[in-house]
Amino acid sequence: MNGAADMGGMHGFGPVVPEPNEPVFHAEWEGHSFALNMVTGVAKLWNLDAFRFKRESIPPAEYLNLSYYGLWTMTLELMMLEYGVATPAEIAAGHAIAPIKKAPHAVTATQCANMVRCGSPYNRQAPAPALFETGDKVRAKNMHPQTHTRLPRYARGHVGEVMRIVGCHVFPDSNASNLGEDPQWLYTVRFDGRELWGADTDPTVRVCIEAWEPYLEPL
Amino acid sequence: MTHDHEHHHEHGSDLSEMQLRTRALETILLEKGYIEPAAIDVLIETYEKKIGPRNGAQVVAKAWVDPRFRQWLFEDGTAAIGSLGFGGRSGNHLVALENTPSVHNMVVCTLCSCYPWAVLGLPPLWYKSAPYRSRTVADPRGVLADFGVTLPKDTEIRVWDSTAELRYLVVPTRPAGTEGWSEEKLADLVTRDSMIGTGLAKSPGDLK
Amino acid sequence: MNGAQDLGGMQGFGPVAPEPNEPVFHADWEKRAFALTLAMTMPGQWNIDMSRFARENRSPTEYLSMSYYQIWFAALETMVTERDLVSDDEIVVGHSLHPPKPVPRILSPSAVAQVLYRGGPTERESNTQARFNAGDRVRTKNINPPTHTRLPRYVRGRLGTIERVIGCHVFPDSNAQGAGENPQWLYTVRFDGRELWGADGDPSVTVSVDAWEPYLVPA
Repeated sequence: MNGAADMGGMHGFGPVVPEPNEPVFHAEWEGHSFALNMVTGVAKLWNLDAFRFKRESIPPAEYLNLSYYGLWTMTLELMMLEYGVATPAEIAAGHAIAPIKKAPHAVTATQCANMVRCGSPYNRQAPAPALFETGDKVRAKNMHPQTHTRLPRYARGHVGEVMRIVGCHVFPDSNASNLGEDPQWLYTVRFDGRELWGADTDPTVRVCIEAWEPYLEPL
Repeated sequence: MTHDHEHHHEHGSDLSEMQLRTRALETILLEKGYIEPAAIDVLIETYEKKIGPRNGAQVVAKAWVDPRFRQWLFEDGTAAIGSLGFGGRSGNHLVALENTPSVHNMVVCTLCSCYPWAVLGLPPLWYKSAPYRSRTVADPRGVLADFGVTLPKDTEIRVWDSTAELRYLVVPTRPAGTEGWSEEKLADLVTRDSMIGTGLAKSPGDLK
Repeated sequence: MNGAQDLGGMQGFGPVAPEPNEPVFHADWEKRAFALTLAMTMPGQWNIDMSRFARENRSPTEYLSMSYYQIWFAALETMVTERDLVSDDEIVVGHSLHPPKPVPRILSPSAVAQVLYRGGPTERESNTQARFNAGDRVRTKNINPPTHTRLPRYVRGRLGTIERVIGCHVFPDSNAQGAGENPQWLYTVRFDGRELWGADGDPSVTVSVDAWEPYLVPA
């Protein structure tokens, strides 16, 4: 969706301001927000693409004003409500309310340690051969789905070159709306900066993105 | 005023509000039996203390001294990095990007905050914030200037917008005057920012 | 600039929610902010393109968090301080501390009606021929200036048809930077909805924008 998260190429945010000796978490609650999201992933309450979609759907003014982990907490609230893990009354009260709807099982510390070590792979069997080869010139589609996509606005309609065939992966556009994994071929596509930003752009700039096959058209 | 507002993201009341909201969710999930308390602690401990840029620095240092590892790293980053015991969460496809005298790589996730956790830990705030996400793909030299880095005018700047499961690790160029250094000592020169592309590796003189 | 004001095509803001019996101004201060802004154009310290840019030229977070007249007021504050009409310390205390900078004229109450009636016409004599005629196919340039422009992002690099040759008008991109009026030919250009929004766009929709000649090249 064309939400506040799709920031590439926007002006007005000012300089990048690194914080010296920045702690991993700026407050204890941030660590908890982080961990709760990992845990709900291990519990498979929802998929990661759906979570990202929910986060980027937060109204733009709110999205921009929330801190990074504030976004995570807010998204977690919205997901728990949407997936029936908690009721609005429970969220407001800050605890479960009887009768308590118990989870089928609890995520353990061991499971979390395993997840940290092994990750959760998204590559899948390919349903068909890859359409493109490295070196192919492709055009990123001009598409504006209201739902989740990983094709940023700044790349849409522009011509790039396939640098690498990454492999076949869960397709976020589909998975985020719980329409199934619909695995698609994923490519690294490189764009010239001038193609993206105009003739006045620094000629030494190139931008690479990962694009799923449905985002691309042959030239 | 504007960029200060971006950076100082927590005001007093906002901090306690988020704290309360987060605690509320945790309480509910615990009470409903979705998680064991220890699971939360393990995750926080892991990413606050255990997994961090030192992992990536070790990968880079090894690539500097071992030509076969270096070649493997660029051919199959996931496997090469995995061989050192780093991998897993968000590390499914790790791609190493080679900085050379003529090419400088920078990594951003414009759409959210994708980052190579396995080798760098959790991203710093600036990486996840609007200034970096909006400007890097359009004006990478301007962003480098924010970091005090200037590159020659004809250096190609390759920006990688991490839009999918690939995570990128920039391998900075090895500084001069480090011949014969051990991997451990070399790793001290590899900064987190140099592995994102917003900095260069330290030189021996910087270590003093 | 690619600021938050360039909202065309953005999603996530929710439904349009008209307010029944909406007053012209929602608060007393809004009336004053509005009137002050109009009155302060009289001293001739800035032009309308500069004031538009002053509104846009802020962090998107700020822009989206502010109400309409809050943005007007913030821009006014910026302009009066930038042009040394008011100093920062005066803004803090809320009254004049230093002698006023001389200006050519100010708005008198008796002149208001006439000034409003006259408006601020932007049409100028042309010393060139219009490059395009009605019916011509044109492509908008892919420009991404950090300064003021009236070519929205959603329309850049797109194929359209000249609907109407409007005339020769002050060029905002130039005027906002204080680089002179630099009048250019202005056209209404019509785009097919699917050209802008992709194959899934509504085929019954067209969008027309007014585009200055420097934004266009022959298709």
